[in-house]
Amino acid sequence: MTTKTPSKLEKILASGCLAVTSEVGPPRGGNPKHIEEKGRLIQHHVDAINITDNQTSVTRMCSLAACIRLKLMGLEPVLQMVTRDRNRIALQSDILGAASFDIHNILCLSGDHQSFGDCPTGQNVHDIDSMQLIQTVRRMRDEGKFLGGADIACPPRMFVGAAENPFADPFEIRVPRLAKKIAAGVEFIQTQCIYNLDKFELWVKQARERGLTEKVHILAGVTPLKSVGMARYMKNRVPGMDVPDDVIKRMAAVPKEKQPDEGITICVETIERLKSVEGVHGFHIMAIEWEEKVAEIVERAGLFPRPTVEI
Amino acid sequence: MIVADKKPIEEIIQQVESYHNVLILGCNECVTVCEAGGKKEVGILASALRMYFLNNGKDMRIDEVTLERQCDHEYLEEIRDRIDRYDAVVSLACGVGVQFMAETYLSKPIFPGVNTCFLGVTEKRGLWTERCQACGQCILANTAGICPVSRCAKRILNGPCGGSSKGKCEVNKDLDCAWQLIVDRLKALGRMDDYEKLFSIKDWSTDRAGGPRKVIREDVQI
Amino acid sequence: MPCTGKVDVQHILRAFEKGADGVYAVGCMEGDCHFNSGNFRARKRVEQARKLLNTVGVGGERVEMFNLSSAEGPRFAEYAREMDRRIRDIGPSPIKLAMKKAA
Repeated sequence: MTTKTPSKLEKILASGCLAVTSEVGPPRGGNPKHIEEKGRLIQHHVDAINITDNQTSVTRMCSLAACIRLKLMGLEPVLQMVTRDRNRIALQSDILGAASFDIHNILCLSGDHQSFGDCPTGQNVHDIDSMQLIQTVRRMRDEGKFLGGADIACPPRMFVGAAENPFADPFEIRVPRLAKKIAAGVEFIQTQCIYNLDKFELWVKQARERGLTEKVHILAGVTPLKSVGMARYMKNRVPGMDVPDDVIKRMAAVPKEKQPDEGITICVETIERLKSVEGVHGFHIMAIEWEEKVAEIVERAGLFPRPTVEI
Repeated sequence: MIVADKKPIEEIIQQVESYHNVLILGCNECVTVCEAGGKKEVGILASALRMYFLNNGKDMRIDEVTLERQCDHEYLEEIRDRIDRYDAVVSLACGVGVQFMAETYLSKPIFPGVNTCFLGVTEKRGLWTERCQACGQCILANTAGICPVSRCAKRILNGPCGGSSKGKCEVNKDLDCAWQLIVDRLKALGRMDDYEKLFSIKDWSTDRAGGPRKVIREDVQI
Repeated sequence: MPCTGKVDVQHILRAFEKGADGVYAVGCMEGDCHFNSGNFRARKRVEQARKLLNTVGVGGERVEMFNLSSAEGPRFAEYAREMDRRIRDIGPSPIKLAMKKAA
């Protein structure tokens, strides 16, 4: 399988190996140590590390700068970019900035609404949407052109990803929506955290039936639960999250001090089960403020050691 | 119509308290329908202001006039002979009317008496909701007659986003997800295939992004 | 008035502007309006007027809404006495006093 970019993530996926990615949220301050430590913690257990872009609309160190920090350590960042905060000029400009540091992966997102964050009275931009951002990066990369039509002297070489939430409503358009993102040019998908495995498998099955899994690499998103409280919070408070009652019951059935272990075990079991699902090409492990557990999850799920690729 | 909401009376008091002869100027159009700035609201505001200033020992004359519209010269001219009796005007028209008054009567202080909110409909009495942001290039033909620009909190043209839950928007559970409405209507129209058509990047130059807009129709100019 | 549904905030405010010390509206029992919702409308408007009267310093307690059936003469008298007592306790409207002072 040929690859279109120097992305390590793309190469691993192209080789047919299950890929493993994880993510790190930048700090609310200018100290780079936090990012570097988290990167160091997971570097041998994942193929690429997403850097979130002002997630939940809370102002943080910018995703691009944090990606550069990882890059300087020799790691493989995935630049998350939301369309909430930048117009098409800023987005294209940041893509070129990332390219200048050989950042080869991008994840195109619309972003949580600003009302969730620390600047609820701010404006949002939404000049283009996440699908149009996918189109933009592909145009910049494949045609070497800006949206305005001019040639780019040294086009970015980025492996283009997006998120999908198989659990958001309405369910019947979730597969058509994936098809739409593929038509826009997406090459890999990282999904929302999966707790409802049956629903996820149904989504992948429908995608498979339409031949979509041949056209895009789906990385199944998993997040270990730390406690039953977190499970309930995810179920009730996080929009578009599907946490079935039996997961909550299972967490609640163990004593509080054992709940983190149970959460890790559920996460490992989820990966084990989804590994054999045709069309799932890897895992995106979002251990929220729990990066130290990523290694354990990867090892217990039999995804270690990670493959090495020529860059 | 243009939907507006009343400003708190305290704010209006602050605006006019340094004057002595104030005209409360209503508008018979949209703001009458949304019960924010019509003849009745003019009467209530004027009456409340008169009592406030009387009660505070301030000599204040407050008159009431409601014009057919404040967005056309002809109607604004109707008060030209009287305007000099007043040293300030509180316009209960939308922001359009307030500004046209200010342009027409250059040296007269004009204060807004309402907050202009959006272009919308009366869903029922006392409930007005947004339908249009006047982006200047209507896309409703392609979105089953439901506008994602005005009704999606992220104005997503290829929606819904991952925050759509049980038909509601992530921003507020009382808010319909525009894309759920679009999908529902595409289904009702038997046009679900249209959902997969990618919406190309929108030209926002006809929106506010392009600066103040103009419609010029030479065919109707005399 | 044919129905308290005809009462508007303006009517209530004008009465105070002209020097009234208190205003009360007496409508039919809730649920028994001949025009379905007239007395509910009146109640809302009385509440609006109360807010405004508070804001302009006249005092919202000077306005009230009562409900009774048309056969309840004694009750009407009772409400009238109640309102009369309340207004006498509060004293004359500041608007009336200010008008006198200005005159």
